[in-house]
Amino acid sequence: MKKINKLLCIGLLASQAIGCASLGVQPWERDLLAKEEMALNAEGVDLGLDDHIYFSKEATSGGRAFAGGGCGCN
Amino acid sequence: MQLDNSSTNIAASLALATCTLLGSTPALANESVDNEWRFDTAILYYGETDRVSLVEGVISATKDFGDDHIFNGKLTYDGLTGASATGAVPQDTVQTFSRPSGHGGYAVAAGELPLDDTFRDSRVQLNAQWTQPLGDNLRGSAGVHASKEYDYLSLGMNGSLAQDFDQKNTTLSLGLSYQFDQIDPVGGTPERLGIMPIPTYIGDDYDDDHDDDYDDDHDDDHDNAYPDRNGTQNKDTVDVLLGLTQIINRRTIMQLNYGVSVSDGYLNDPYKLVSVVNDLGQTQQTLFESRPDQRTKHNVYWQTKYAMDSGVFDISYRYATDDWDITSHTLESRLRFNITDNSYLQPHIRIYQQTAAEFYQPFILDDSPLPTFASADYRLGEMDAYTVGLKYGQQLDNGDAWAVRMEYYQQNPKNAGFDEPGQLADLDLYPSVKAMMVQFNYQF
Repeated sequence: MKKINKLLCIGLLASQAIGCASLGVQPWERDLLAKEEMALNAEGVDLGLDDHIYFSKEATSGGRAFAGGGCGCN
Repeated sequence: MQLDNSSTNIAASLALATCTLLGSTPALANESVDNEWRFDTAILYYGETDRVSLVEGVISATKDFGDDHIFNGKLTYDGLTGASATGAVPQDTVQTFSRPSGHGGYAVAAGELPLDDTFRDSRVQLNAQWTQPLGDNLRGSAGVHASKEYDYLSLGMNGSLAQDFDQKNTTLSLGLSYQFDQIDPVGGTPERLGIMPIPTYIGDDYDDDHDDDYDDDHDDDHDNAYPDRNGTQNKDTVDVLLGLTQIINRRTIMQLNYGVSVSDGYLNDPYKLVSVVNDLGQTQQTLFESRPDQRTKHNVYWQTKYAMDSGVFDISYRYATDDWDITSHTLESRLRFNITDNSYLQPHIRIYQQTAAEFYQPFILDDSPLPTFASADYRLGEMDAYTVGLKYGQQLDNGDAWAVRMEYYQQNPKNAGFDEPGQLADLDLYPSVKAMMVQFNYQF
């Protein structure tokens, strides 16, 4: 039940975010978001290496990307 | 399983953000080198106190063939040496264990957690990914990967679609991946909860070159110490990933992913053991572990990035749960401070917590019925972990960039409520694992 509540909370927050009409920017307002370091996947090599380490040392994986590790380390 | 992308304009940057869902490598925005190959390289050292150490190198190459038709190829190599916890409990006397190959054995001192020091391997992985527009606001991507280490082969493919809405302020994504894994354990596949044989001798005198333990075992296939064992085992994994990326305002972007992953097949670690102890905590037998052959995982991942005047604040949270009864929470944050126009300092923190698998038990009591599934692998037990790190990066005048980061990672396994009979109460069954990471990156 706790799990379901948590998922509901997250879903509610997300739906609130989407439902708000004032969200988003005009094309000419993307100066900051266009910076390389603002990409959600900036530092992808670091993230890939971290995923490999945590996949092999912990019981859960994925989230940001697919959960499969591609190695026999777990 | 990585999808790679590159960008040279604002619209594509948003597209890239969406592709994060699929595990993209970073956008390498650099207009001066448009239509040229971009290389992202890194070398990482990961070292645990008294246990495993790893050196991993990555070369990632990305090229935009025009109109956002992007190819990325990535080569990863890692070399692993050291000792890993077998799952067997420590004892107040010396213990002996067979090596996985069945050739010889090793002794573990009184009071020490049993570690198998034959843990050495090297791995090569290749990834290739192609991404292109499929319409005004629709992109598609497809990729393959292959990974090979001495006793393990992993092959995979993935595909995804991303659709933009509301002037590209909102993006919905759907990704699918399939992975086929094959394991060929050294010495063959042990029987589930089969008894580990007592070693006939201690040492590995058949092997003068210690670094090639597994290779030598392989050469000795005709002299297999375990002729009755099964050989190769397989596993299939299907992942589905749904993503929503939303621009909140000029400074803030957010993403929410839901992922489900189903694995079917051989999910054991063939080298992990479980001790059977009596009511004095003395080991009577050592068994090979047994895990279920099916696992379904779900996770929800939320990430927000905020552009400050002189840096970026990045925070993410992941909730994961599965039908092995493991639940985990991961909170992670990076805070980038731009020191100058072309250099930055970035602290990093990650906090992780997991509950134990339903079949996890640190040992089996000899007066209890033998369970169907049992694993004493601490990675399936209750655990907290944290990482703290710092990265420094600099952009060079010629457009190249380099960075160095150092991280400290500590795992604190916990007792998930098991009574510890006899001598086990005085021994440390849940020692912490401490690791340092040092990484150097260069982009050109």
